[in-house]
Amino acid sequence: MSSTTKKSFLRGVRDGAPFLLVVGPFALLFGVVATEAGLSVVETMGFSILVIAGASQFTAVQLMVDQAPTVMVLAAALAVNLRMAMYSASLTPHLGRAGIWTRALVSYFNVDQTYALAIARYEREPAAPVRDKIAYFFGTAAPVCPFWYVFTLVGALGGEAIPPGLALDFALPITFLALIAPMLKSLAHVAAALTSAIVALALAWLPSGLSLLIAAGTAMTVGALVEMWQERQSAWT
Amino acid sequence: MDLSATTVWTVIVGLGIGTFLIRFSFLGFIGQRQLPGWVLRLLRFTPVAVLPGLVAPLVLWPAATDGVPDPARLLAALATVAFGIVTRNVLLAIVAGALTLFVSLSIL
Repeated sequence: MSSTTKKSFLRGVRDGAPFLLVVGPFALLFGVVATEAGLSVVETMGFSILVIAGASQFTAVQLMVDQAPTVMVLAAALAVNLRMAMYSASLTPHLGRAGIWTRALVSYFNVDQTYALAIARYEREPAAPVRDKIAYFFGTAAPVCPFWYVFTLVGALGGEAIPPGLALDFALPITFLALIAPMLKSLAHVAAALTSAIVALALAWLPSGLSLLIAAGTAMTVGALVEMWQERQSAWT
Repeated sequence: MDLSATTVWTVIVGLGIGTFLIRFSFLGFIGQRQLPGWVLRLLRFTPVAVLPGLVAPLVLWPAATDGVPDPARLLAALATVAFGIVTRNVLLAIVAGALTLFVSLSIL
């Protein structure tokens, strides 16, 4: 490992560390919710290690509690993770030349936090060597992802000890609202976000998961149409 | 709850493989090739199109209050969004939301 590569890794660790404050409670909550829903500790850990995507894990557990058919559980939980196809697409110009196993490992660790940190750094320093970019990415994952496993286990084993007054149930909405808000950078993004929320609420009576699929599809289309309309407006002026 | 181990592991393994394939998709299979513009345009809206629809029912009808709208949680959600938009900082928004939640839970 060259010294710049090592420096990139350590910088990633430093940038990723504050997210422990978010990931810890979130993972703890998943451990509590999953075991309370009737999953064993091994099954709960299976989710956090094999899937490693919090929102979709919550969605899957919630839908299983609602007795939704397995196909619907999978479709809805995977729909929640579709955003990661975009993460994957936007990392490709930076990491596309890395080896296939490295790209597979990056894909496994491509969660909201590691992606957001990495892409911000790549856009600041696009000319950095690929191995430094890779090292930075794994640096951000080094504190965040092991914490996800460990705190899921803590929640699964000691869930009952957590006082309900802590309102841990709201860690999930707050985390995701906090991730969305800085993304509302244009009228098109605001329109897409509002469409998504309104359609999901209006269709809440539909089978669980289906409303989210329809809401997301409608919102992406609305966002794209508003953006095209804005581009035409600015082309005319 | 009455869930068979087979059902649970089908979901875990299916979701694990599916999620990995989504994450691997472009990085793994597309490599350096370019995607059509309209696909990229739609994909750019994925996070703002999925997450609000996921969160909106949880904010309005929290399971912790049996689906009854809760002023403390609504205030916390508003504070999180407002701080996130103004500061463009995820962590500050989370801290603002959590503090608002704890303060309003103890007052309201």
